[in-house]
This record gives sequence, C-alpha cells and structure tokens, in this order.
Amino acid sequence: MYILFAAISLAALGLGLGFLLGAASRYLKVEDNPLIDEIERMMPGSQCGQCNFPGCRPAAEALVAGEAPPTLCPPGGKALAEQLANKLSIELDLSGINDQVPLVARVDEADCIGCARCIKLCPTDALVGAPKMIHVVVADACIACAKCVEVCPTECLRMHPVKTTLRSWRWPKPETALAGA
Amino acid sequence: MNTHLLSAPFTRSDLQIRSIMLTVVVAMMPATALGIFIFGWPALFLFLVTVLSALWFEGACLKLAGKPAQATLADGSALVTGWLIALTLPPWAPWWIGVVGSFIGIVVGKQVFGGLGQNLFNPAMLARVALLVSFPLEMTTWINTAPVFSAAAPSFETGWAITFGGRLPADGVTGATLLGWIKTELSQGRKLNESLVSGDFSLFKSLLGWTRGSLGETSALLLAGGGGWLLRKKVITWHIPLSMLATVALLASIFTLADGERYPSPLFHLSSGSLMLAAFFIATDYVTSPNSLAGQLIFGAGCGLIVFVIRTWGGYPEGVGFAVLLMNSLTPVIDHYVRPRIYGRDRKGRPLELPEGRE
Amino acid sequence: MALFDIQALWTGGNNRIRGGVHPEPRKEATADRPIDLGFPLPPMLYLGLQQHVGQPAEPVVNVGDHVLKGQLLAASQGMISAPIHAPTSGVVVDIMDYPSAHPSALPTPSLLLEPDGEEHWIDRPEKTDPFSLSPEEISVRVGAAGVVGLGGAAFPSAVKLNLGRRTKIHTLLINGGECEPYLTCDDRLMRERAKDAVDGILIMLHGLGCQQAIVGIEDNKPEAYEAMRSAAADSGQGRVEIALVPSLYPMGWDKQLIGYLTGKEVPADGRATDVGVLMHNVGTAYAVQQAIRYGKPLISRIVTVSGGAVGAPRNIEAPIGAPLANLLAHCDYRPEDTVRYVMGGPMMGDALPHPNVPLVKGACGILALTREEVSASDAKSCIRCSRCVTACPVGLLPLEMMTRIRAGQLEAALGYGLKDCISCGSCSYVCPSEIPLVHYFKYANGELLSRDQANHKAEQTKRLAEERQARMARHKAEAAAAAAQRKAAGKPKPKLTEEAA
Repeated sequence: MYILFAAISLAALGLGLGFLLGAASRYLKVEDNPLIDEIERMMPGSQCGQCNFPGCRPAAEALVAGEAPPTLCPPGGKALAEQLANKLSIELDLSGINDQVPLVARVDEADCIGCARCIKLCPTDALVGAPKMIHVVVADACIACAKCVEVCPTECLRMHPVKTTLRSWRWPKPETALAGA
Repeated sequence: MNTHLLSAPFTRSDLQIRSIMLTVVVAMMPATALGIFIFGWPALFLFLVTVLSALWFEGACLKLAGKPAQATLADGSALVTGWLIALTLPPWAPWWIGVVGSFIGIVVGKQVFGGLGQNLFNPAMLARVALLVSFPLEMTTWINTAPVFSAAAPSFETGWAITFGGRLPADGVTGATLLGWIKTELSQGRKLNESLVSGDFSLFKSLLGWTRGSLGETSALLLAGGGGWLLRKKVITWHIPLSMLATVALLASIFTLADGERYPSPLFHLSSGSLMLAAFFIATDYVTSPNSLAGQLIFGAGCGLIVFVIRTWGGYPEGVGFAVLLMNSLTPVIDHYVRPRIYGRDRKGRPLELPEGRE
Repeated sequence: MALFDIQALWTGGNNRIRGGVHPEPRKEATADRPIDLGFPLPPMLYLGLQQHVGQPAEPVVNVGDHVLKGQLLAASQGMISAPIHAPTSGVVVDIMDYPSAHPSALPTPSLLLEPDGEEHWIDRPEKTDPFSLSPEEISVRVGAAGVVGLGGAAFPSAVKLNLGRRTKIHTLLINGGECEPYLTCDDRLMRERAKDAVDGILIMLHGLGCQQAIVGIEDNKPEAYEAMRSAAADSGQGRVEIALVPSLYPMGWDKQLIGYLTGKEVPADGRATDVGVLMHNVGTAYAVQQAIRYGKPLISRIVTVSGGAVGAPRNIEAPIGAPLANLLAHCDYRPEDTVRYVMGGPMMGDALPHPNVPLVKGACGILALTREEVSASDAKSCIRCSRCVTACPVGLLPLEMMTRIRAGQLEAALGYGLKDCISCGSCSYVCPSEIPLVHYFKYANGELLSRDQANHKAEQTKRLAEERQARMARHKAEAAAAAAQRKAAGKPKPKLTEEAA
C-alpha cells in the first residue's frame, strides 16, 4: 500500500514540476542571448573580417554557439582572447600563443596613382588623400585588416611590421624551464 | 657571454633549497639517533626503509611526469619528507607501514598536487594520519625502550624478523604511551596523580626521550635543540614554534590551575607526544604554512589550540597530526586575509590620507 | 608611528625599516681610490637626446657646426625635459639614431660630437653668488644647465625644485645612501668634494625657500660621514644635518630613507612633497652647485667602473656620451671574462648586450661581471618559504604575484600590489629557488601597459568605424533626398561625380 502511495506521489510530483518547467521555457523564454551583445561590445568593431566571419556580430554569435575559438580575432590579440575565454568560461592555454607581429599598412609613394579605391574601403578611415593625389596611411588608425592591399591596382600598398622603439619595447616573459617539480 | 635577456638583480645570496634541506636533516639527527638507540635494530631498519622508499617514489613520480629526476632528488626535499615520516612511525612497525606511509606522503601528499611547492597539506602528517586511521593496530603498538646494548634489545636477526617478518616478540615489550595511558585512566575515573605514578611518568625521562613513543618524537630536549639550530640558521622563524608551544602551555596552565586532578601540567604536555617535533619541524613546513609572519602566529596558535583540545577531550590521545592538517587547510584563508600592509596604503589597500595642511 | 604594523613589530629591529637584504658590498676595490680625473677624451662622444625623464631635447645646432665646451646642443621641450650641452669642444659630426644604453640597445636619436682636443669653454661668468639670485632664478638656471637626478632616476631637477618651492616643503633630504654593491661614486664625492656638496645643498635650500636639510649616509661610509660632518659644521650655517643610517639594501630607496629620517610615510598615490620633504641625490646637489656658482652645465659625472672582470677598478669623472667600452678599457677590463655588462648597480641596474653604448647622465656605475659574480642558474619551483615576503621593503607578496603572472592572471597579480613594486630586487636576491621574480614583475607591468594601449586602440577603432558608417549613412540619406527633390521638380539627373565614399 505504502509503495503504491509513494509511487503515485512521486510520479505526480515529477509530472507537476515537469509541466512547470515546460511552461517556463515557453513563456519566460529569453529572446536573444544577451551574451552575444556583450561579446560584440568587447570586439574591436571594425568589421575587418580577419576572423573569416562577415563582421563582429556574426563572430560573436559563432563564439557563443561554440563554433569559433576565443582566439579568432587577430586585431584583439592575446588580451582579447583572454577576456573572451574568461567571459565564456573556456579553458584556454594562452602560453603557446604569440601575438602576431603588429602590422601597419604603408603606401609606396612611387607607385600610387591616386585612384582612391583604398580610401573607400578602409573601415577606420586610416587612408587619406584626394583623387589623383598620392595617398597616405594614418598609422595610428590602421588596424592591419589588409583590405586596402587587396584592392590596390598598382600594389603600392603593403603591410609592414611595426618597428619596436625604445618606447614600445617591453620585457619578455621569463623563460623559466623549471628544473624539477 | 650569456645573451639571454635577463633582468636585475644580477647577484644573489648563497641560499639554496639544498642547503636549507640539509640544515633540517642535521637538526633532526640527534633525535633520530636517540630514537634508534633506544628502540634498537628494528627502528633502524624501519627508518631506512621509509627514507629509501620516499626517495624512490619521488624519483618514480618525476620520471613519470617527465621532469629531471636527478636534479630534483638532489635538492633534498624528498629526503626530509621521508625522514619526518619515519620519525612519526611506531619504532617496531612492519616495513610495509613505512613504504605505504612514504607512498601516501610523497605521491598522494606532494607529487599529485604538482610537486614541490604545490601541496596543500603537510605530506608527513597526511601520511601519518592516513596510516593511523587505516592501520590502527600497527600504528598504536608502542614499544618499551630497549636500548641497543641492553638485555631487552633485539639482536640483528630478531630485529630483521620484527621489521620485515612482522613478528613481534612475545608479550612484555609493548605498552601505552603516556598520553594514551593518561587518557584511558582519566576516562575510567582515576585521578591524574595516581595515573601519572602508575604510568611511570618522570619529567626527566620525558624530556630526555626515554619513554615509549614514535621513532623520533620522544626527546623533547633534543628536538628543541634541533629547533634552536634551525632558528639560528634562520631556516625557520620563531613565530610558529613559539605560538604553538605557548598556546598549549597557556591552555594547560589555565586548566591545571582550574582542576589539577584532571588536567596535566604544561610541562607534561610540552614533553610528551610529538608536540616538539611538530612545533619545530612539521608545522613550520614552508609550503603549507602562511606567508606572512602575523599569519604564522595565527597558524601556530590554531595548531596549539586544536592539539590541546584533542588531547584533552578528543577521542585520540595525540592530536598533533590532525591539528596540523586542519590548520593547513586554513592556510590559504589566513594568507588571503592576513597580509603585510603595503607601504603608502592602509590595511584595505587604499592610499593613505594626505597629511593635513598639504595640497 | 606611521610604518608600524604587526610585521615590522615582530621582525624586531628598527620598525622604521622594513625588509631589505644585506648583499656583499664589494666596494673595497674602488672606495679608497681617489676619483680619476685623467680619463682621455674618446674619439667620439654620443649624446642621446633623451637622457632624462620627459620629452626628448631638440637639437639647436646643425651637422658640421663647431661647438665649444658647455655650449647648448639641444634644448628642452615642454614642462618636463632637460637640455643637452657639449661635454667638450669639437665638431657636430652627425645627428642620427645610435644604440641606447638600454637592455635592448635599440637606437635612439643621438648627437655625435667629435672632440677637437682643445677643451675650449664657452664664455661663462667666473663666479656667481648664488644667494643673490632669487629662488625662481635658481630653478631656471638649474634647468638651463641640464641638471637631472644623478642617483639614477634622471628626473629634471629644476622641475623638482619648483615643486618643492610651490608646496613649501619643510625639509630637504639628501640621499648619500648608495646602498648598491660595487658603487662608490657618491662615497668618493662626499669624501673629496664635501665642501662643494654642502654648498650645493645650501643653494638648493635657497632655491626651495626651505630652512633645513638632512643628509643620510649609510654607516659603512665613516669617512664620507666625517667629511660631510666637518664641511657642514664649517659652512653649513647650522642648517645642514648629517645623519648616519643603517647599511641595508635598499636604504637608498627614497621612501625608506624618508621614513627613517623623518618617520613619515608617503601615501601611495602621492609624492614626497605631500609629507613636506623633497629628496635629491648628493651628486645632484654637487651638480647644482657647479651650475649655479660656476655656470658649468651638466657635462660630466662621476661613475664607478668595477666588477670582477675589471683589472683596475675606480671612480672616473667621465664626460657624458663617452662610450662605455672606452671607460672599461681605461680600467683594464677583460671582455673574455665578462659574462654581463651592467649599467648601474647589480641589484637594479640594466644589463647591456654590449659596451658600445654611451654614458648617460643617470649612469652611476658600469660593471663588467664574471661568471662567479653573476651565479645565474635555472630557476626551480617555488617552495613558498616566503623569504621574499620578509625581504620586500614595500610589503608585497612576491611569491603570490609571480604565481599569478606565470599563469597569465595579471589582474590577480595587481591585487597583490604589482603596481607598487619598486623593482629593488630584494626578493630575487633572497629566493632559494633562484626564481627571477623582478623579471616577472617587469614583464607583467609591461604587458598590462601594452593591454591598456591595445584597449585604447580598440576603442578608437570602434569610434572611427562607427563614425565612418554614420557618415556613409548620412551621405546616402542626403543623396536620396536630393534625388527625390529633383524628381519632384522634374529636373534631369546630374552627371555623376566621384564622391569620396
């Protein structure tokens, strides 16, 4: 007798709670994942496409869906990768990853014909110049997405590594191959 | 020329891990020698088995982990751990107690956490407590003192049989330690003074170490001397030993004054069990004790408190192992909250207020 | 007491000092030998345009100009800067990028001066009475003479004097500590030129509008103490007190010295002037005296050349811009025995990849160290002995910071006081596992700076991209509106012109 009562009551409890959960999942559903917005805000926002996604929002959506690793954004570098990994609670071993050498675009003035195709493309307006005049790159604004390089008809635009100066030099991480445990 | 980019400082003190470990070994030698002397050949065999198996386990773990075994073994930390485990074992325990103890201490208590510097609990105490709980009979078989050249001492062959054969000789060689005796007597309602007499308590013998106990923990004097040597060599600071011993002594004094019939004197507490060994050699273990000096005071006081509580009211006669383990678990908490005050900031880390009258 | 805390109390000793270590002084080789004034002029002097904190100086001479000794070569720029003067007469051969005296030896704009051997001074007044000048004028002249902090920080001294005068400090502290091993330049200066140093201190007091100065000298320099004491007794006008401080590294850390001499603690986000004191190195006081009384700009400094690989170590009064290799050769150094070149002291100095870099204003010492002296082997695991905690004069937890930095958790390391680290090296000195703690902290601070800059750039990028998109949308809307208007008015479409997108 008691077993019958126990079975019925537990089954009823299970059914009741399950019904409540189902109702909640329908009526209290969150429309959009707010995480995607937060991740998108952390991205550089230049829609450069180096991550192979058509813009920062699709990249954020892929991150949240788990289809892309936190290291997907070259302009964001290691710093952004660590922040994304923290946000998404992903274990990430960043020690093996080196930031790619920072690059900056430069116009070779001898070859520039002033066609202004690069200026129209640059997502951060880092290219300055008038039609039929030599163009120049504003190095501070350049995010090294290399779109200008692809479109230049005379190939006068090239990516160069940013030179380290005394101001930008940083101490490297100590290589301590610890002897023994 | 070393073109590897390094930062200052380009000079350093002579201090090495190895020199620290060797100083600890030297400090433990007198008490160990006495222990082997008064308990005979089996004690020596057990000691050697424990220490050698500790070294072996450490080497095996390092090899498994792909780390350079030779260099790490040479720094002496496994030697010290194995030595300490040996000192806390009953002197005529069978050889496998030593091996299992070393396994638990080195492999489970240290290497599994990541090796030197990574463990949370004191490896020697972890080993001892695990053995005590798992093998209570072997771990509470206390032997009468039988100095090497006396009639009661086992010969080489008998000693071998005791340690490796597991065969204790006939009755009459075992008994309870003082702490154990007092606890059972008090629980049966007898007065403290009578128990001390019937238990053959002599303060002199307790201090010297001529009593039943673990292999190396009986001699309060020799251990305190070794501890003083460590202090002099600046291997340990006085904070943990003093706070631990002072807490026990203080609590013992209070309770003795309150009821001398039930609670033993401070000197009794200080000279019995493994309190001295723990105060100078075990609780002061670098890895598992707090970083700051103020934190160490709290740690030592906590150890002393728990030791006294367990000895007086707990189920076990000796509480040192548990006390150290419990305080080890609190070390990260102590470290988190008790930090030195940073120059220019208050205790909460905010910059100090500007003095009045300055802009 | 401001520095009172449990740790200081229980470590015993003086509770105005915390932590610190006692490295071997290694000063015997150079401490008793007089300053060598006979260093021959090298064939070329390399004068970096930035030998100070702040904006680099701008050249005011051209390539090919002949200049006189003490002539202004580069002028200071902006509020915090210092000028560069010619250490000797000669010809400006080039203004180019030349390797800097820095661990990276990266090139820095430098002015190359070829001495002509004449040592022809510019016209300058024979002698000036400093006390006839106004305090503001003193600062102006100190600035014009290019005097910077000669203890190594190379901060423009005029700016500090102005700050001290504005905030009405009550005590000038002079740092005669020199706690680094090997270095004895301040020791010799105080022994040989105590009178000039005291004169400089009085001039500084006048420039600050302050009434009293205290000179702190470590007690391992009894001769220097005696020389300064008698000079102060003779000509200090009762305003210059000479005090002995315990020999400890880093006693010369300005905040430690302030705490010991005045008992005050400088707040973390404040300066020494916030507690009413200002500190200058004793060498700087001497340079101020030379500048004000004799009109001599800062063109040379006393530098200790020492180390196991140096055959004849000594202090040299050397011209700024002299190649370190020449200075070392003058002292019979053995490059084959040198494992490390250090500019400064062994605890906080910079390792140089080679000695072909010039002497700069802030260089107190040049060391050629042998393998035995450097003793660097591989780091082992941290055994959590917490000797680093006891040694840290600032009260940080080096072992915790290092563990966090190794795991890449830089924000967590900040929580243990990373920003307050003064890189004194006491922790690394004392670590039995030979872990390069200070290197970790320097790396972490640099990494955090880089991340800040990267964040800035990311925000800037976002802003630029948004502005661009807004602009494009606006243009589109305007074009649509114009087209709609034309349609409504029945006008034909105009010729398409090339619009910038």
